[in-house]
Amino acid sequence: MIEAKNIDFYYGDFHALKNISMKMEAHTVTAFIGPSGCGKSTFLRLFNRMNDLIDATRLTGECRIDGADIYHKSVDVDELRKKVGMVFQKPNPFPKSVFENVAYGLRVGGMTDKNRIRQRVEAALTGAALWDEVKDKLKKSAFELSGGQQQRLCIARALAISPAILLMDEPASALDPVSTSKIEDLIHVLKKEYTLVIVTHNMQQAARVSDKTGFFMLGELVEFSDTKKMFLNPEKEETQNYLTGRFG
Amino acid sequence: MKHAEKELIAIKEEVSRMWTLVLSQLEKAKQAFFNNDVEQAREVVSREKRVNTFELKIDSDCENYIALYNPVAIDLRLVLSLIKISYTLERIGDFAEGIARHIVEDSCDAVTESLKDELELAVMFDTVIEMLSDSFTALDSENTRLSGKILAKDERIDAIYRNAIRKLAVYLRKEPAQIECGLKTMLILRKIERIGDHCSNIVEEIVFYIDAKVLKHKKNREPAA
Repeated sequence: MIEAKNIDFYYGDFHALKNISMKMEAHTVTAFIGPSGCGKSTFLRLFNRMNDLIDATRLTGECRIDGADIYHKSVDVDELRKKVGMVFQKPNPFPKSVFENVAYGLRVGGMTDKNRIRQRVEAALTGAALWDEVKDKLKKSAFELSGGQQQRLCIARALAISPAILLMDEPASALDPVSTSKIEDLIHVLKKEYTLVIVTHNMQQAARVSDKTGFFMLGELVEFSDTKKMFLNPEKEETQNYLTGRFG
Repeated sequence: MKHAEKELIAIKEEVSRMWTLVLSQLEKAKQAFFNNDVEQAREVVSREKRVNTFELKIDSDCENYIALYNPVAIDLRLVLSLIKISYTLERIGDFAEGIARHIVEDSCDAVTESLKDELELAVMFDTVIEMLSDSFTALDSENTRLSGKILAKDERIDAIYRNAIRKLAVYLRKEPAQIECGLKTMLILRKIERIGDHCSNIVEEIVFYIDAKVLKHKKNREPAA
């Protein structure tokens, strides 16, 4: 389970997240929606400590995964990121072959057995619903794949190191509808083995793929509820205005 | 106002126009029945096509709205409600036409004024007309306070209907020669009773749209104040 408690986050003087608390159960998909700059990506990046890479940031509150404080000084951030994988808005394959993209994390993690690596790569590509499309071009450059395939390759790369949690920051926003649909189908399948948290600007996508949805605005979590409830009968007027396009 | 909002308001206005027509059909059917006015009854029959046209247009507009705008939350509830309300208004229009057809096709002098009074036909007609009019007000003003009253009126209609059937049976035992007129009267009673049920369905849709509550198939249907 992922748990955030009374989170405040600052970029310098800018108060980006304001007293946010939320629990996300294992094997669920949670979507974060909200206008640009509302803090949803900042909040997502807390869970694999990607915000640590940004200067002059400050965090207060508790952020726990399976009960453990991930910001405790004893936490090895590299180990945390093995457990909490991330997929970004734009597919960002390495300038390597399809196979090596997926094998990279395994090799960096110290795996040397070629057979084992091959098995894990195949399993990850299968898990990302890409194996059938790339099994005959594993040695080709990842850049030769289509945008949708590259994004699924990035998902496979994240899956290869067996994370428990997958964070997705607008994973389909750069993709065409067919590729988007494949990613959404994949999210439904991945939820059986992983806990997924997804940031999306596409509200219908949030409605289609998630179990719970959090609506953020101006750094606040306005509403967090079952997706079906939020999209049929949101509690807060701000949520309703945003969902129905009457925001702003 | 956003374009999507304007489109939705346009559909709502179309439903309002359909409502006005169906209400007028019902009022005219009532007048034709009490005055045995065949001409007015014919007018109701001929205007039924306009009711059907409204339903088709609203169906099509709602389908387009869902396909093009992917409505959610209150917009989704409204468009779903409008589809069902327009279908229900069309059914009420059919009943008004059915009543009018009885007048056009089987003139029946045996349904005397005193029998009409005894069966409380005027009360039934007036009550369903009020229900339809009040439910229109509820949607137009987006206020569900009236809904409890409207649902209570349906209970009243049901009670009058059951009582009227008993009285009609007594009448027909005394006047077996009037069986054809008796059956016609029973069919009219049944149509009015069904109009009451349909008005209740409309109210349930309005409550779903405004309060996001489902009253359908619940024993205690009155929404909380």
